[in-house]
Amino acid sequence: MELLSLLIWLPILGGGLVILVGNERADTARWLSVAISILVFVMSLSLYTGFDSTTHLMQFVEKASWISQFNINYHIGVDGISMPLIILTTFSTILVLIAGWEVIQNRPAHYMAAFLMMEGLIIGVFSSLDAILFYAFWEASLIPMLLIVGIWGGDNRVYAAIKFFLYTFLGSVFMLVSLIYMYNKGGSFSILDMHNLSLTATEQAWIFWAFFMAFAVKVPMFPVHTWLPDAHVQAPTGGSVILAAIMLKMGGYGFFRFSLPITPDASLQFSDVVIALSLIAIVYIGFVALVQRDMKKLIAYSSISHMGFVTLGVFALFLAYRPDNAEGALLGLEGAMVQMISHGFISAAMFLVVGVLYDRLHSREISTYGGVINSMPKFTGFAVLFAMANAGLPGTSGFVGEFMVILGAVQANIWYAVLAATTLIVGAAYTLWMVKRVFWGPITNPAVETLNDINGREFFILVTLALAVLIVGVYPQPVIEVMHASIDHLLNQALTSKL
Amino acid sequence: MENIYLTIALAPLLGAIIAGFFGGMLGRAATHTITILGVLVSTVLALYVFNHHVLEQGAVFNQNLYTWMQIGGLNVSVGFLVDNLTSVMLVVVSFVSLMVHIYTIGYMHDDDGYTKFFSYISLFTFSMFMLVMSNNFMQLFFGWEAVGLVSYLLIGFWHHKESAVEANLKAFLVNRVGDFGFLLGIGLVLAFSGSLDYMEVFSSLDKVVGQSLWGADLITVICLLLFVGAMGKSAQVPLHVWLPGSMEGPTPISALIHAATMVTAGIFMVSRMSPMFELSDVALTVVMVIGAITALFMGLLGIVQNDIKKVVAYSTLSQLGYMTVALGVSAYSVAIFHLMTHAFFKALLFLGAGSVIVAMHHEQDIRKMGGLRKKMPITYWTGLIGTLALIGFPGFAGFYSKDMIIEAVHFSSLPYADWVYYAVVAGVFITAFYSLRMFFIVFHGESRVDHHTEEHLHESPASITFPLIALAIPSAIIGYLTIDPMLFNGWLDNAITVDAAHKSMSEIGQLFNDHGGALGMISHAVFTVPFWMMVGGVVTAWMFSLYRTQWAAWVQSKFQGINYILESLYGFDRFNEIVFVNGVKKLGNLLWKVSDAGLIDKMVVNGSARLVGFVGSVVRPIQTGYVYHYAFFMIFSLLIILTWALFAGDNPLLQIEF
Repeated sequence: MELLSLLIWLPILGGGLVILVGNERADTARWLSVAISILVFVMSLSLYTGFDSTTHLMQFVEKASWISQFNINYHIGVDGISMPLIILTTFSTILVLIAGWEVIQNRPAHYMAAFLMMEGLIIGVFSSLDAILFYAFWEASLIPMLLIVGIWGGDNRVYAAIKFFLYTFLGSVFMLVSLIYMYNKGGSFSILDMHNLSLTATEQAWIFWAFFMAFAVKVPMFPVHTWLPDAHVQAPTGGSVILAAIMLKMGGYGFFRFSLPITPDASLQFSDVVIALSLIAIVYIGFVALVQRDMKKLIAYSSISHMGFVTLGVFALFLAYRPDNAEGALLGLEGAMVQMISHGFISAAMFLVVGVLYDRLHSREISTYGGVINSMPKFTGFAVLFAMANAGLPGTSGFVGEFMVILGAVQANIWYAVLAATTLIVGAAYTLWMVKRVFWGPITNPAVETLNDINGREFFILVTLALAVLIVGVYPQPVIEVMHASIDHLLNQALTSKL
Repeated sequence: MENIYLTIALAPLLGAIIAGFFGGMLGRAATHTITILGVLVSTVLALYVFNHHVLEQGAVFNQNLYTWMQIGGLNVSVGFLVDNLTSVMLVVVSFVSLMVHIYTIGYMHDDDGYTKFFSYISLFTFSMFMLVMSNNFMQLFFGWEAVGLVSYLLIGFWHHKESAVEANLKAFLVNRVGDFGFLLGIGLVLAFSGSLDYMEVFSSLDKVVGQSLWGADLITVICLLLFVGAMGKSAQVPLHVWLPGSMEGPTPISALIHAATMVTAGIFMVSRMSPMFELSDVALTVVMVIGAITALFMGLLGIVQNDIKKVVAYSTLSQLGYMTVALGVSAYSVAIFHLMTHAFFKALLFLGAGSVIVAMHHEQDIRKMGGLRKKMPITYWTGLIGTLALIGFPGFAGFYSKDMIIEAVHFSSLPYADWVYYAVVAGVFITAFYSLRMFFIVFHGESRVDHHTEEHLHESPASITFPLIALAIPSAIIGYLTIDPMLFNGWLDNAITVDAAHKSMSEIGQLFNDHGGALGMISHAVFTVPFWMMVGGVVTAWMFSLYRTQWAAWVQSKFQGINYILESLYGFDRFNEIVFVNGVKKLGNLLWKVSDAGLIDKMVVNGSARLVGFVGSVVRPIQTGYVYHYAFFMIFSLLIILTWALFAGDNPLLQIEF
């Protein structure tokens, strides 16, 4: 088995092993899961070190016939777009497993196993080069998340789990239909073949919207975002982290891998609509986030707003591109990628911060807290750092993506940039207002006085994320560099008409 | 030289890191020693750099350190541009910062957050260095926001005070309003020049000429957007509202951040961008008018304040207005000159106020002071020097810089320059009035100190008085020493561009020589309007606060309308509270409840919601167990199918070598 296959199957089979260990031997299950996740992470680093950033061609490719009568293959590989997302996945999984350590007492082994399996399935999503394989992983990855919300979630977990499932499932059914349509037309389920499949304007429009349904729900974009706050509120901390840090990125990834290269003309034609929805997400959702009383809901809305930058950056390329100067378009595309990675760190950190508080007082309400710094000074230091990153402070990763997308948007249409840049004010407002009410000020709730500061395990998780946020913020070039060839190629595909 | 610049920036950062992470372990003395050493290293090196660049006319240093981001042909780097402007700023920042570090030993002596405070002010110093040494817009923005972050942390330093944590949120958000414009300005700069590097941008300015946006010249739009950023950071009306609130922070940082250095970042930035601003008279006019409004109207507010720090804060706003006016009339070097003198005397005044506050057991109401002159001689005399410098008493630092601003406005040919001239001249009276009013009420007259405090009232310790003395010296003489070389002999020439059509600088140079240089200006002062305005202000202050104190009350009751307007601070805060804070909250609620929860969820998702309810009711009785097994069954069947296809299908192709 090659590297990429190992990355997919090792966590899935490992998850099975952890289930066999069983809930009774919880500590063994915990250690085993964390060991597996670390092993997978270390292995995934060789995707980066062994990566050839001078080519846009797929690397670490594996191909085997799967269902030969339909020409369906087990075909996987990575390029500069999927590779960073895979490493983000393996990185986040370790943290989530550690974060669940003694917090999850109900079926701990199953909890760990669910995350491990989800890790493998999501890596499968990011590395599939066969459309059916992609679809299988895409749908399969829903299952562990559904379970995580449904079993370890809050009081209203079943409602949230089913809302989540229906939304995402309905979205992706249309994707399957268009994949089959393209197979009938071109005789291949290979995603790379689909890139070159010639499609009429009408076909592209249909396919574009079918994909859009699937990806927009995942991102999530306005107006199909309402499942996310519910899912987050009900999910356990780890579920929220993976949901925000990785699952949302599957939607963004879809636009890169499918929409732009397969339906370039439709993407151009409908880019205005997508940009409008992105800007609504950035501005409108920002205001909605401002008035939330539940911390998790606030961060969930903030996620939607931040993901608006991803879709804005992607679809602004058509207007930002100049024949003599591609920088505006590239800033948007690569900014969108950086935003996805950065949001992976920051949203994870923000949800973990809420988790730390929730574990102690079992409340997500902002009004429960106030003056937390007095009893948890170390923790407050981290929380403020991540809040600042969420507000896009330069020197943190949160700045890089937003900065790039705004710079690109200026070159597309100054008004896009004006609307997007309001996040500087609104994003800071909702984040720091929450910080003020939770961490600063006098203690009003006596329970807050008795809080214990973070323990070693929590410290480890938060410090790891803090380093990630700061390193990418101070020196983003290594992250950006590896994308160049793939993004250049993608830009080329998006700008080449199929008509 | 590169290593020297790096050391200047990194020494305080290192200090901040050590103090921040190991301060508790190291203890107080070790922490303050380390951070002070860090800033001392920077100060010494800054003087060396000043000597190298300004006095020995060394070549401008402009080099990238590392590539932050490379996309296509666009290179965004972290790098340093060190010319004479930077050198001056380095000296000012490092010296004031060093004084504030030393002062903190005494001022924060009893505070639990002692080591944290040192970490923050060292971090601030690093950020400020990065800002002034930047050679590109990205790093400028980094420094710009980083100083904002530290300002936020320090305003809210006493986080148990509700007022402090409200003030720091307000400060950050108002600054973000400025940064909103600033970032768009940077975006437009990149769009037309294809670069964020200062020198590359300045050399491609011809590309921007003739282009328009939003019905104005593109360059005008860019300059105004950048200036919006400056308005936030340098607290110009209407974005000034955060600065008085920032007084909630401990006094040392009011001196360092909210008087001497950070708030002047906007002035520095516009000076740095002089090649751009010089291309737009419209932008310059706006800059000048905003500055004049700030200078005059914020000064007026200083008159009715009774909190010792608030008086100095409004004075700072007013003086920042003066600097902005100087920028508007293309007298950039005069703006920097006033920035420098102001940094010394305003830091001195704040630290003096802090000395009084410590002696008064954290009482800040000047009505409860009086007659402190005898008890606090060093604070008194240094405070007098600072006050004389502020009001522009002939010979003192502020005299030269303020006089030059007024003269520069006088010679400006921009529209409305005549009105602005009246405003800045009237401002001299107001400055003298509020400054001396406070000075007299605090240090002279009858003591109104309560008995208990009176008994313990004494001069502050050496760690506090030493910085006062060290700042009093430049407050007295720096203007006399540097006016000639800085304004008229080319100290800042390699950083500042002035269009030939803007004649203010050459005219005041002529005037300066006609009067016979720095010494001649003193003797000539009695023939100038500003001098008599200043004298008038001093006399008025004396009358109201010492000679006939009841007159103040009489005037207040006679002019209730004006008094009301001043005491309500022109209603800016109320307006912001009603329109922005409450308005935005209402809007947010409306969008959430009506649109998100109502329209989308109830109406659109209604059908599926009912379905959800149905499915839910089916599933609920058999909840966890069943769903759980079912779903795992799904995973495993998927697994089995995949495995079968891979290893045992009609052609098992996947070879595994374990």
